[in-house]
Amino acid sequence: MAGGVSSSSIMETLFQRTLEDLIKGLRLQLIGESAFVSKAIEEIRREVKSTDPHTKSTALQKLSYLASLHFHDMSWAAFHVVEVMSSSRFSHKRIGYHAASLSFHDDTPVLLLITNQLRKDLASTNEFEVSLALECLSRISTPDLARDLTPEIFTLLSTTKIFVRKKAISVVLRVFAKYPDAVRLCFKRLVENLDSSDPQILAAVVGVFCELASQDPGSYLPLAPEFYRILVDSKNNWVLIKVLKIFAKLAPFEPRLAKRVVEPICDHMRRTGAKSLMFECIRTVISSFSEYESAVKLAVVKIRELLVDDDPNLKYLGLQALSVIAPKHLWAVLENKEVVIKWLSDEDPNIKLESLRLVMAMVSESNVVEISRVLVNYSLKSDPGFCNEILGSILCTCSRNVYEIIVDFDWYVSLLGEMSRIPHCQKGDEIENQLIDLGMRVKDVRPELLRVARGLLIDPALLGNPFLHRILAAAAWVSGEYVEFSRNPFELMEALLQPRTSLLPPSVRAVYIHSAFKVLIFCLHSYILQSESITSSFPDNLVLGVSELVLKKNMLEGSELTTCEAPSAHRSEGFNPRNQSYEDLSIKNGGDRTINHGQTSTPAFSENIFTYDSIINLINQVELALGPLTGSHDAEVFERTRHILCFIELIKGEITECLVQKGKTLESEEMKASKIIKLISDAFSEELGPVSVSAQQRVPIPEGLLLKENLDDLETICADFQVPESNLFSLGSPYYGEEVGVSSFGLQDKEESEPSNEATSLLTEHRKLHGLYYLASEKNEIVGNDYPPANEPKLQVNPNNDTEDLVKLTVQSLATNKKPNHAKTRPVVVKLDEGDLVTVTAKRPETKDDLVSGAVREVLLGSDTRTATSQSNPSDKSSSKRKGKEKINVDRSELKENLGDSEKPKHENPSSRKNKHRISGKERRHKSAGKIGEEREENGQKGMQKSSHRHARHKAPHRSDAPLNVVSQTPVIPDFLL
Amino acid sequence: MGIRFILMVNKQGQTRLAQYYEYLTLEERRALEGEIVRKCLARNEQQCSFVEHRNYKIVYRRYASLFFLVGVDNDENELAILEFIHLLVETMDRHFGNVCELDIMFHLEKAHFMLEEMVMNGCIVETSKSNILSPIQLMDRA
Repeated sequence: MAGGVSSSSIMETLFQRTLEDLIKGLRLQLIGESAFVSKAIEEIRREVKSTDPHTKSTALQKLSYLASLHFHDMSWAAFHVVEVMSSSRFSHKRIGYHAASLSFHDDTPVLLLITNQLRKDLASTNEFEVSLALECLSRISTPDLARDLTPEIFTLLSTTKIFVRKKAISVVLRVFAKYPDAVRLCFKRLVENLDSSDPQILAAVVGVFCELASQDPGSYLPLAPEFYRILVDSKNNWVLIKVLKIFAKLAPFEPRLAKRVVEPICDHMRRTGAKSLMFECIRTVISSFSEYESAVKLAVVKIRELLVDDDPNLKYLGLQALSVIAPKHLWAVLENKEVVIKWLSDEDPNIKLESLRLVMAMVSESNVVEISRVLVNYSLKSDPGFCNEILGSILCTCSRNVYEIIVDFDWYVSLLGEMSRIPHCQKGDEIENQLIDLGMRVKDVRPELLRVARGLLIDPALLGNPFLHRILAAAAWVSGEYVEFSRNPFELMEALLQPRTSLLPPSVRAVYIHSAFKVLIFCLHSYILQSESITSSFPDNLVLGVSELVLKKNMLEGSELTTCEAPSAHRSEGFNPRNQSYEDLSIKNGGDRTINHGQTSTPAFSENIFTYDSIINLINQVELALGPLTGSHDAEVFERTRHILCFIELIKGEITECLVQKGKTLESEEMKASKIIKLISDAFSEELGPVSVSAQQRVPIPEGLLLKENLDDLETICADFQVPESNLFSLGSPYYGEEVGVSSFGLQDKEESEPSNEATSLLTEHRKLHGLYYLASEKNEIVGNDYPPANEPKLQVNPNNDTEDLVKLTVQSLATNKKPNHAKTRPVVVKLDEGDLVTVTAKRPETKDDLVSGAVREVLLGSDTRTATSQSNPSDKSSSKRKGKEKINVDRSELKENLGDSEKPKHENPSSRKNKHRISGKERRHKSAGKIGEEREENGQKGMQKSSHRHARHKAPHRSDAPLNVVSQTPVIPDFLL
Repeated sequence: MGIRFILMVNKQGQTRLAQYYEYLTLEERRALEGEIVRKCLARNEQQCSFVEHRNYKIVYRRYASLFFLVGVDNDENELAILEFIHLLVETMDRHFGNVCELDIMFHLEKAHFMLEEMVMNGCIVETSKSNILSPIQLMDRA
C-alpha cells in the first residue's frame, strides 16, 4: 500500500502540469477559459494533497497564479500554504510565502500556526529567508503576530546585513500599526537608523517616518533636526521628496520650523533638474509655507513653467497646484488666467476639469453674471460630460453659502431657466432644488421665478426630455404656489394640462395636477371676489378686491387696508394698453383660447380676465383634461385627480347660479361654493418656508418610541414599493426655524406691513418689464435703467470670443474694491440659523494611531529626558564625547536588558495604558491656543536638551565628512526646535 | 501607505500582474480592476497620466502593449510614481532583455520578486537597478 502511494506520487510528479504549461494552456485553450480553469483547479486540488513537496508547491504556485490574475478563491488551500512555507527548500518556501502574502488576511484561521515558522525564518542565517519572512509579515501581520515577533524585528533593526535591515525597517510600519506597544521597544533603533550613512537604509527609514508623520505629525517634531540634515545633505531625490512631505506635515505644528526650512526648499526648487522633486517643493511651499511671500512667488513662477509645458502631465499638475494655492493667493491664479482658460478647451477631460475649478475659484460677486454667461456658452459647445461639469460647478458656486455671491436674483433665476434648456443638461435635481429653495427663501424673486416657470411649462418640447422632468416638477410647483404673480393664470392652466404631460412620470404628474388645483382655486377665488365687489356699492372695490388678492391672498376682509395702493395700481395698469398684447405675443404657443382671452378682455387684466365665460371654460378644460386620469394606476395621480374633480363637482352648480344672480338681485347670503373656495384658498395661501436641516431633531421623541430598533425587516416589505418622491418640496410649516427677514410676526403686523412691500415690488417688477412704455418719471427711470434687464438675453456673446471675454472678466475679481453699484439692494434671503450649516459632530474613534503616537511621544520626550539626565553622569558624558558609537551601544545593551522588564507590565494591564493614551490624546485636541504655547515651551526645553545631546553625539562623524555643514548647522539646530 | 497597488494590464484589459499592499477580497479586486482598466484604457496618448478614482489616484503609463497602473494615496508625488514605473520597466528590461508582455506572463514570480525589492509596505525602498536585481541573479545562479 505504501508502494502504491509513492508510485502514484511519482506519476503525479511526472505528469503534473507546471505553471508554464498552465499559462500556455490558458492561451491556447479551446474549451473556454472558465471550463479550462475549473479543470485546472480540479487538478490542483488533487495535486496539492500530494506528499511530494515538489508536486505540492507546483500546485500551489498554479493556484496562486489563478487567484492573482483570474480571481479564483484560494482560501481553502490555506493549510497547504502553511505546509509549503515550512519547506526546507528555498524555491518551495518562496512559493509558500508568496501564496501566504497573497491570500492570508486577519481572519485566516491558520495564521496562528505560522508564528513559529516566521520566527525561525526571521532568525535564519540565510538572508533571503529572512527577507521572505519580513516581506510576508509586512503584508499579513496581525496584532498577535506583531506582538510575538517584535523582539525578532528589534534585533534585525540593527543587523549589519543592509539587505535585511532595510526590510526590517519597512516592516516596522506595519508592526506599529498592529501593535502600538512595539513603539516603546523599537522606536529608538528606528531613529538611530536615520543617522545611517547607507543610502538604502536612509531611503527605507525616511519612508517609514513619512508614513508615521502623516498620521500624527506633532509627535515627530523632536526629530526635526535629523530631517533637516537629510534635507540639506541628501542627494537622493526619492529621499528628498519624502523628507519634504514630512516637513509639510510638521510645519503647522511649529511656526518657527518654516523659517529654517523654507530656504533649503527654495534652493532645491531652483537647482534641481528633476521635475518630481521640483513639484514636491512647489507642493510643500504652497500647502504648508504659504505665508512666505518670496517662496510662494518662486513656486508660482515654477507653476507657470509647468502650465505652459507641452507635457499634459505637467499641465495637469500645474493646474492642481494652482487650485491648492487659490484660496490663499488668488493673485497666482489671476496671473495665469490666460493659460488656465486656454486649457478649458484642452482635449483631456481631467485637465479641463481642473481648469474649470480654477475658473470657478475666480468667481466673485462682481463677475459672477458674466463668467456664468461665458461658461454657459462653453457648455453648449462641450461634450455632455463636461457640459454637466460646467453646469454643476456654476450651480454649486452660485448656491454656496445660501447664494452668498448672488445679488441679482432675477438674473440667477432666469439663468437657471436657461440652463434647463441646454440640450445636454442632466442637472435636473439640482436645478429643481434651487428653484424651489429660491422661491421659499427669496420673496422678491417670486415674480421672476413664476415667469421662468411659465416659460418652462408652456414649452411642449421640454416634456420629452426625461432629464428635465424634475425641473418641470419644480416649475409646476412654482406656478401653483406663486400663481398670484401670474399675468394670465389661464395660460398656466393650459400649460399644466397640455396633452404631452402624459410623458411625465407619475410623481411629476401629480405635482402638475396639484398645481392645476391651486391655479383653479386662485381663478375661482379671484372671480368670486370680483363679482362680490361689483355688487358692493364702492366703485373701486373691484380693483381693490383683485389687487388685494394679488397682494395677499389670505386677507379676505382687508379691502380697507389697501385703499392707498389700489388706485395707483389701477392707474398703472390703465396706462398700458399694450401691456396685454405684449403678453399675448410672447405666448403664441399657449393656445388659441388664451389669446382669445387676452383679446376679448380689456387691457387691464385684473378687471376683466375672470369673466363668467373664462371661468366656465376653465372648469370645462380641467374636467376634460383630467377625466381620463381617474383611471390612473398611480395612487398619487389618481388621488389628486379625484380631489380636483370632486371639488369641481361640488361647486359647479353654484357657480352658474352665482352668475345668474349677479347683477340682478343683491343676495347678501353667503353661498356655499364661495365659502368652500375661500377656505381652500386660505389653506393654499399659507406660505411655505425653508425647513431647517435640524428640524427633525427638535421634535421631542415620544415616550416609549424605540428609535434604535432594527428596521431591517421593513426593507423586504418596502422593497416592492416605489419610494414616493417626498423630497420634491418640503411641506413644512413655513417659519419653523428662525427667520431673518420677517421674524416673529403676528398676523396683524403682517397685514399692516406686507401689502405695501408687495405692491411696490410688483410695481417695480412690472416697470422693469415694461419700462419702455412709461413716461420718463425721474425715480422710476433710474430703476429701469440700472436694474439689469435680466429677462432679455442681452449678452449675446460671440462664442469665438469666449476666451478673451473670460480673461477680461476675471480681471474684475481682482479689483475687489471696484464693486458695481447695485441699483437694487440685495433682497432678503431667508436663512435658518443652524439648519444650513450641517454640523457634523464627528466623534473621532480611538484608533491605534493614537496609541502609536502616544507611545512615540513617550519615547521621544520621556526617555530623552532620562538619557539627558543620565548624561550628567561624568563618565557617561566623556564617553559620549569620545566616541558616539560607544554610547549607542550602551543604549542598546541597556534596552536589551530592559526588554523583559518593559514587556511584562504591558501585558498585565493594557487597559490602564490605553486609558492614559486616550486622556493624553483628548488633552491635545482640546487644548486652547495658550495652552499649546505652554506645551510647546515645555517640549522646547526637552527638545533643546535632546537636540544638543544628539548633536554632541553626531558631531564627530560630521566633522570628518563635511566640516562646512557643521559650521553652518551649529547655530541652526538649537534655534530650529522651538 | 503611499502605494496601494500595482497592476500590469494589457491592451485587451487582461491583468498580467497584480500586487496589492492592502488586503482586498476577490470581489473587491475584480470590481476595482474592472473600473480602473475601463477608465485608463479609454484615454489617449495626449491625455495626462493621472486619473482620480474613488478616494485615491491612479498614475499609469503605457509601454508597448502593456499598461502599468499604480494606485497611490492622494498626497503621493505623481511624477515620482511615473519615474518609479519607468525604473521598474528599465529594471525588467535589464533582466529580461527587451522585456515584453510574455516575459512577465511566464516569469511572474520574478516580476513579483523585483517589485518586492523595490516596494515594501507601500513605500518605495530601493531605486538602484543593480541592488534590485542582485538577489534574483544570485538565485538564478543557485
